Amino acid sequence: MLFETAIFYVFAALLLFAALRVITARNPVHAALYLVLAFFTAAGIWLLLRAEFLAIVLVLVYVGAVMVLFLFVVMMLDINLDRLREGYWDYLAPALVVAGVMVAVMAIVLGGKYFGLGEMPAPPPAAAGYSNTKELGRLIYTDYAYPFEIAGVILLVAIVAAITLTLRRRKDTKYQDPATQVAVRRQDRVRLVSMPAEKKE
Amino acid sequence: MLSLSHYLVLAALLFAIGVVGIFLNRKNLIVMLMSIELMLLAVNTNFIAFSHYLGDPAGQIFVFFILTVAAAEAAIGLAILIALFRNLRTIHADDLDSLQG
Repeated sequence: MLFETAIFYVFAALLLFAALRVITARNPVHAALYLVLAFFTAAGIWLLLRAEFLAIVLVLVYVGAVMVLFLFVVMMLDINLDRLREGYWDYLAPALVVAGVMVAVMAIVLGGKYFGLGEMPAPPPAAAGYSNTKELGRLIYTDYAYPFEIAGVILLVAIVAAITLTLRRRKDTKYQDPATQVAVRRQDRVRLVSMPAEKKE
Repeated sequence: MLSLSHYLVLAALLFAIGVVGIFLNRKNLIVMLMSIELMLLAVNTNFIAFSHYLGDPAGQIFVFFILTVAAAEAAIGLAILIALFRNLRTIHADDLDSLQG
């Protein structure tokens, strides 16, 4: 159990460090890469909480798809960094006040003195042969079948929205229209000019 | 011995970092989106911690749906960002004032 605690603290420190670098990194590409590190360590912490399926999904979907999309967009845009960074630290004081109040309130509530959450026992280890993935799959396809369908529709809407937002037709490209090519008639294109033959001197 | 409060305090710290990130990067739309992702990660960690300590897998189902919606949100947000950059050649938040707000 001591080993697990050590793992937790290492992962928590890495996670907080990566999160701090995400919001302070000068280059957005570095910020995106630190966000990848944050997702990886968060997946480790979720594994400590025995949420194996979601940890793998976090790595596959977030690191594999969403963060690649982020990197793709960051590298595609031509960003003027100096203008984005001017006055960067101006709002540090109010931000720290807000964040400090939030963390302090949570820490006071969760300190264990009032709620006794620290006394909450860890659940007993799962029975042999217990599969987190199987359990989630059973729940999704029985109790949560309807929300599952809605999630599918949301993803479909997101696909359509993202494509329509970024789709554009270039006006300066030349292309052929087969319909008009087929419909053309002889008299539109060919004009016979009658020219009298000239006498040779 | 790890308790539920360990995870909840960690998630609170992560959420606070996300909030600070939105304050600091108020001109940079991309890093703003990343801060939102950090906050969602903190919320998901809370859900999973409660799910583990209460022995109720419904919390993990909820995280599943949050991940779905967050992926859709990231995709649409980045698509809006690209459309914006194509029209204005900038993603500076101060330049987005065509509504005169």
